[in-house]
Amino acid sequence: MSLGLTISPASEVPIFRQIMQQIQRAVAVGTLHVGEQLPPVRTLAESLVINPNTVARSYQELMREGLLESRAGRGVFVAERRQVFSEEEKTRRLRHSAEQLCHEAILFGLSGSDLTKLVEAAWKELRIA
Amino acid sequence: MNPSPVIEVDRLTKFYGSREIVRDLSLTVPPGSIYGFLGRNGMGKTTTIRILLGFEEPTRGSTRVFGEDSRKLDPATRARIGYLPEGHHVYGWMTVRECGQFQASFFPNWNQDVFEAVITHFRLMPKMKAGHLSRGQRAGLCLALTLAPEPELLVLDDPALGLDPVARRSLLQSMLYVTRQPHRTILFSSHLLSDVERVADRIIVLDGGTVRADCTVDTFRQNLRHYVLTFRDTPPPTPALPGLLESFRTDRELLLTLANVHPETETLLANLNPESMEPVQMTLEDAFVSYVGERGEKTFFTRDRAMAK
Repeated sequence: MSLGLTISPASEVPIFRQIMQQIQRAVAVGTLHVGEQLPPVRTLAESLVINPNTVARSYQELMREGLLESRAGRGVFVAERRQVFSEEEKTRRLRHSAEQLCHEAILFGLSGSDLTKLVEAAWKELRIA
Repeated sequence: MNPSPVIEVDRLTKFYGSREIVRDLSLTVPPGSIYGFLGRNGMGKTTTIRILLGFEEPTRGSTRVFGEDSRKLDPATRARIGYLPEGHHVYGWMTVRECGQFQASFFPNWNQDVFEAVITHFRLMPKMKAGHLSRGQRAGLCLALTLAPEPELLVLDDPALGLDPVARRSLLQSMLYVTRQPHRTILFSSHLLSDVERVADRIIVLDGGTVRADCTVDTFRQNLRHYVLTFRDTPPPTPALPGLLESFRTDRELLLTLANVHPETETLLANLNPESMEPVQMTLEDAFVSYVGERGEKTFFTRDRAMAK
């Protein structure tokens, strides 16, 4: 099982981060549930044809962020949601992403309300209440 | 104590006539990792590999493999090394099976299962004539011949040269398969940086016959940064910046690529009073081209410890 991940080398985004982003997304949209097991490092690495240490690094970073947890001898699982970031850190991270989004919107000539509508639509699509 | 290194190169210099191919090159490869050996053509990669395996004499300096001097490698030590030379040479008059039998006679640890698995992976039949194989198939045969003796150290000189994408993917899969077993080490040279990014733990960048970077792929990328500085008017002249690799000016922008950026460098940039200053992520390929390109300065040396803050 490869979680349906796709990676593109030759990207500005390092491979370990591409994997992180896609697992984060899978958890956010509910294709990966709390308590679900992730494929072993070696298996995922071989199915994506990448170095196992890269997969291990993605898992480690996601464990540090509290999204995944390792259970001794059994593997890596999606963790119960818990808050590892301070309020300031959460705001800082989201603000950064929001700024990036705004930059692009300005570039494409969108208005503030156009952008808000897009965000609302995307939010609905992820089916998060 | 670190485990004893598989490869040690100590201040290696090689002249062909009056041409210096390798200059004062030192590097160490510990067991258990995949090393990408990078550099433009003619920068000394193949020469270093050939000296390492004892096919050429160093002019100065020394190289050791498994702790033994490369100039007098014991046959038993040689049997622990798998070498795939550039170009995928085969004996064209033999069949695939005969190539295997011939090679097997030299190696006590020959593993026929591995040979057959790689052959099958590259969709080769034992009865095929080696001389009639395509480039990708020949690469598969050579790889099978190199992997079947189950070498602890695999040295691949530009193994992906001339391969189509499918054969290249098979090559990478075979490399990952080898390192399933602990303490297997691979040193491979390549120009295909997306392949390197997929499988390499670390990279060594040779330029002008000497090592200019020895670090992980991520360290390399992080150490090379591209900045876009936007100004209200014409940008000021580019100041003297340590680590400047490339600079490019437009009407209102100054585009800079820098190696080993220190906080002081960022202060220097901020002192130019740009309207905005944005660091831009680089791909491994862009980073590599800037680093060893024509305009690159030759004095920078990227190492992991340079990242320590």
